[in-house]
Amino acid sequence: MKVSLFVTCIVDQVFPQVGIAMAEVLERLGYEVDFPPAQTCCGQPAFNSGYPQEARTVARHFLDVFRDSEYIVVPSGSCTSMITHHYEEIFKDDSKQLEQAHRVAPRVWEFSRFLLEVAKAEDVGARYDGVVTYHDSCHALRELRIKSGPRRLLAKVQGLTLREMDVAEECCGFGGTFSIKFPEVSGAMARTKIESIKKTEASTVVSIDSSCLMQLQGVIDRAGLPIRTLHLAEVLASR
Amino acid sequence: MTGAPSETIKQTLDDPRLQLAIYTASGRLMDHRATAVGAGVLPEYQDLRTQANLIKKHTIENLDYYLEQLEANVVAHGGKVVFCRDGQEVADFVLGLAKKNGARLIVKSKSMTSEEIHFNERLEHHQLEAVETDLGEYILQLAHQRPYHIVAPALHMTRYDVADVFTKRLGIEKEVVPENQTKIARAVLREKFLEADIGVTGANFLIADSGAVVVVENEGNARLSSSTPKIHIAVAGIEKLIPRAQDLAVFLDLLGRSATGQPLTVYTSFLSGPRRGEEVDGPDEFYLVLLDNGRTKLLTDPEKRQSLYCIRCGACLNHCPVYRKIGGHNYPWVYSGPIGAIITPQFHDITENGWLPFASSLCGACAEVCPVKIEIPKLLLKLRSEVTEAKQRQGTGGLERLAFRMFAWVMAHPKIYLLGGRIGAILAPLVPPLGPLKKWASQRTLPRPAKQSFHQMWAARKRT
Amino acid sequence: MTSRDQILADIRTALGRSTGQTPVPLSAPLLRGPHFDRDLYVPTFAQRFEKLAGKAFVVPDAAAVVPQLSPLLDGKRVVASNAPFLEACGITGLPQVESGFTDRDALRDACAAADMGITSADYALAETGTLVMLSSRQEARLVSLLPPVHVAIVPRSRILANLDELLTLLPKPAEQSSSMVLITGPSRTADIEQILVRGVHGPGEIYAVIVED
Repeated sequence: MKVSLFVTCIVDQVFPQVGIAMAEVLERLGYEVDFPPAQTCCGQPAFNSGYPQEARTVARHFLDVFRDSEYIVVPSGSCTSMITHHYEEIFKDDSKQLEQAHRVAPRVWEFSRFLLEVAKAEDVGARYDGVVTYHDSCHALRELRIKSGPRRLLAKVQGLTLREMDVAEECCGFGGTFSIKFPEVSGAMARTKIESIKKTEASTVVSIDSSCLMQLQGVIDRAGLPIRTLHLAEVLASR
Repeated sequence: MTGAPSETIKQTLDDPRLQLAIYTASGRLMDHRATAVGAGVLPEYQDLRTQANLIKKHTIENLDYYLEQLEANVVAHGGKVVFCRDGQEVADFVLGLAKKNGARLIVKSKSMTSEEIHFNERLEHHQLEAVETDLGEYILQLAHQRPYHIVAPALHMTRYDVADVFTKRLGIEKEVVPENQTKIARAVLREKFLEADIGVTGANFLIADSGAVVVVENEGNARLSSSTPKIHIAVAGIEKLIPRAQDLAVFLDLLGRSATGQPLTVYTSFLSGPRRGEEVDGPDEFYLVLLDNGRTKLLTDPEKRQSLYCIRCGACLNHCPVYRKIGGHNYPWVYSGPIGAIITPQFHDITENGWLPFASSLCGACAEVCPVKIEIPKLLLKLRSEVTEAKQRQGTGGLERLAFRMFAWVMAHPKIYLLGGRIGAILAPLVPPLGPLKKWASQRTLPRPAKQSFHQMWAARKRT
Repeated sequence: MTSRDQILADIRTALGRSTGQTPVPLSAPLLRGPHFDRDLYVPTFAQRFEKLAGKAFVVPDAAAVVPQLSPLLDGKRVVASNAPFLEACGITGLPQVESGFTDRDALRDACAAADMGITSADYALAETGTLVMLSSRQEARLVSLLPPVHVAIVPRSRILANLDELLTLLPKPAEQSSSMVLITGPSRTADIEQILVRGVHGPGEIYAVIVED
């Protein structure tokens, strides 16, 4: 069976290893992985900054690139929910594009959800030694209702101990342009998460959104802490 | 960001005592709420939210009808209804009434609506004393400060702050024990209740089919304010309406639990006018002041009018990670937190408060806990596009608009995107963080573009 | 144009409605029935009342009320409401109890000076340990509000399951009285450092005596 990857612009440019990891896991499960090279972005940065028209331009391109894909797998909760929950709003005055969005959106799968609900695979034969804590990224948690899925996948990773932090569901403070417009508040929010992570004594923070991990790693590095951040895909690809 | 109170935000963030106070107080309210609406305690919680949303939607969309019904029923029970366009009209009415009755002293129970119109200040210069009787509000009144939170107004003050205020304003010896401070306030205010000519309360709900106001509280000051003076005035925004007394089964179940985790607050008063027939006590006159003050403006937009469903529980504040860092005083208006962020730019000039809808990471925690299901993040996004449009009309924000136009163009042209990405990857290590990125970098180590993009890695992978 | 007319006109314009336009009817109110058996009303009420830091007594009949309360009443200045049930329980006959007030000022002064206010209650809600009091010739507002201690003596027949049952029975409380108050626990605040303090303005101590007969 064939699946198409939508790696997202942040993974493409900053964390390509996440895309590779995701491809490896999917291939291991027997999928033929396709990467439409004309892909760029879902349009979320423009939409969240109050530029819906510009977001539309980018979204139209997305729909065009993936018009023939049967399964589109995405290593990001926020990008997935942009497409599945917000394209409705973006194209509300454009019936043709809206129709296209209605056709494509149901084929878009956040990575962990694809594994559990389509591939029906909870154990992907991964091994990762260490104490891990999981960060619930906001769009994944509240718009896509992804909470137990990634935890079930992590539970099946050999050698991995999952320890919950007490503020797993609190926002990391990234929020895209929010972190640039309100950097001190954003940093304070991240530091609250880091304090909670420290208490778990985890060596690794895992999430399904690279933007959150980028936010947390930035503050972790500034504080000189020996904690690494990994995308779920990277953990699941480990052997 | 321009317009945002960056200095005071920074001060709030750098104050460890204040940070702890805000975080623990809101955290406690979050926990109490979670217990009270938990699946084991209130399994029908989500159904109640849906119902509350439907009732509010119906009422707001037929507001004129229910206002007229409310008015007719208030009058039928011997009360009077006064429609006021703004705070000045409210003040004029109260002053007129006070003059007519030779009134000197007003006792007030907690009402955000009255804060909204600066009620006390408007009466100040007219030999009419208006005393706040809710403990937190009383302390704030003495300290000349604004409420910090919809439900816990003096959240930011310590017992020592309270002691200072009492010593300075009441001339008493320093008292730092909260229980004793409360006793002091009780004694002072008891005198006021018994002397007062007029009692002013807010209203949590207005009941159209009964001509009644519902006031919920824990202290007893609203009961006293509406029972001891001869005149009772209830001041409420027109949006506080619900159609039927029986709808309270849904709303009261949601309000207390969402606000403080209480299934019912200590006192819930259902008041429908002056005392009747053989009732021994109660006011002789009842006035319901219905305030517009811009609410009709919010009614106009079908998407944004849900902002008026708010029952002022404060849950959104408690769950907002931004509120929990910057606190209530960094919001420009009396309504803070997520609800404040969506209504302030609608009541006031959007460009004046253009920063407010952006002061959010869109985490959605607020929408999850809103008892009436206001889609706060959706409205924040809508307001953001309205801000950028307003800026375009004004001729400001051109640089940012250009940046996003370029973003869109690049993202719609894959070859340009790929080229740009690689140039960025090469240049980034050479360029220090400039402009807005500088502040961003003050908080964290900056991420750098990867040496090879996924596109490149994939192409290489395919070749092998 | 009066403010009233202006506001209503603005509303209609904003909503696209015309004067006198009747709304599409709203679905029936959501009223949930009791979650538990009638037999459990008394113990449930007592338990919830005590969870709120009240003290509840259950007595077999009206004659048992005064003996149950006499330690509390000892040496206290008490105001009782005009509820006939209180007379039936022998409360109004006690020497330290003032009752029968029909003058507002006299009642107020008495309540302000009293150590305790005794009332009956129109209803009680088992689920939340709530007392429901409607203002009337029998029950004045201030008796349960001004004195620092409030005692409510309630026949068990008046106990309902919850607010939903109350509103089913009384769909329009405004038709009965100018004031209906639901009392759920003693007066309290946490305004100073989130520390709980009882008896801010209303009574800090509450008692309920449920009479089974």
